[in-house]
Amino acid sequence: MKKIFLSLVVIISFTLYSLYERQQVKDAVTLVKTSDKDNTSDSTPNSSSASGLPPAPGTYKDGIYIGSVEDVFYGDIQIQITIANGRIDSIKFLKYPDDQQTSIMINTQMMPILTQEAIQKQSSEVDIVSGATDSSEGFRRSLANALFQAK
Amino acid sequence: MKQTKLIMGMPITIEIVDLHVSIKDFRDTFTFFRKVDQQFSPYKKSSEVSKINRKEITEKDYSLEMQEILKLSQEIKRKTHGYFDIYYKGYLDPSGIVKGWAIQKGAELLREKGLHNFFIDAGGDIQVDGLKNGKKWKVGIRNPFNKDEVIKIVTLSNEAIATSGTYVRGDHIYDPLKKNKVVSEIVSLSVVSTSILEADLLATAAFAMGKKGIEFINSYDGVDGYMIDTKGVATYTQGFMR
Repeated sequence: MKKIFLSLVVIISFTLYSLYERQQVKDAVTLVKTSDKDNTSDSTPNSSSASGLPPAPGTYKDGIYIGSVEDVFYGDIQIQITIANGRIDSIKFLKYPDDQQTSIMINTQMMPILTQEAIQKQSSEVDIVSGATDSSEGFRRSLANALFQAK
Repeated sequence: MKQTKLIMGMPITIEIVDLHVSIKDFRDTFTFFRKVDQQFSPYKKSSEVSKINRKEITEKDYSLEMQEILKLSQEIKRKTHGYFDIYYKGYLDPSGIVKGWAIQKGAELLREKGLHNFFIDAGGDIQVDGLKNGKKWKVGIRNPFNKDEVIKIVTLSNEAIATSGTYVRGDHIYDPLKKNKVVSEIVSLSVVSTSILEADLLATAAFAMGKKGIEFINSYDGVDGYMIDTKGVATYTQGFMR
């Protein structure tokens, strides 16, 4: 009897966790791109929601979702996304800064969505590398420090 | 042909793949960068910047280049709502703008010489013109947690990329709207634009905004951004999906 109770607890918490995960996806305004490696290890179809893993790309639940109001430094932004057939169908701006000064510099068209990924080492066969070099950044840092002391 | 010189306290690398390139083309460009250093270095006592900070010269004596830099910085300060400021605690420090400006001028100098396939890399900020071996230039973004690694590759032609950042050991970019507050939520922010000056300025300004920096870049027309936070997660605009 005790064992049955225990397994019930496990099943219920698992279900709650999987619901929680799905809710997380709903709330996300930016899309999280899961790496290809993760998808190959999870080969059984429709297993994602049952196992509590976040849904694979292209399997978002259909519906209309409203993002939180985000304070980007020039004003508030709020986005509404419509998911159809598991994919983003449309994005609508519910709130968008539109004062005259910023509208000069800000694209008044619909803003494209941002994407996220975990950084990964790439091939080093490149012509040039862009980055904050120790020397150039050190230059700025020490300059700021020097000026601070000069005050 | 490729050459590197240490000027303005940083390595400046120029590679030119046009067939008619000559040593003189490199020499002239590096001479220009040295002149910029003489004029704008806050370390050199004889520089115009030092003279201005010592109040030895007044506005009517400013050089044309200085007037151009000041005008540019006023414009960008307005556009970035005060996030970009070349004055720090009352002292003039145009280093943040001079680098991008110098790369732009250096590239113009090469174009006037009839050269159209090259890059100029000044401390990790790069202007790329034309092609190399018939292909766009392959540009990597340095791993802010391991400077020997590349974590993103973009191919560019007639574009520029600038990266503002800090290594884990220390912060350095100040938020001008909250005096003395250093930015620490993000470690690297790269901006791709058709103009190196714009890329450089936007990278510096956006980095100072912390995590909101990428939203700022996203709202800008014609530029792309790749931001890396302290956890090693990158947030990027559509241009970086290619």
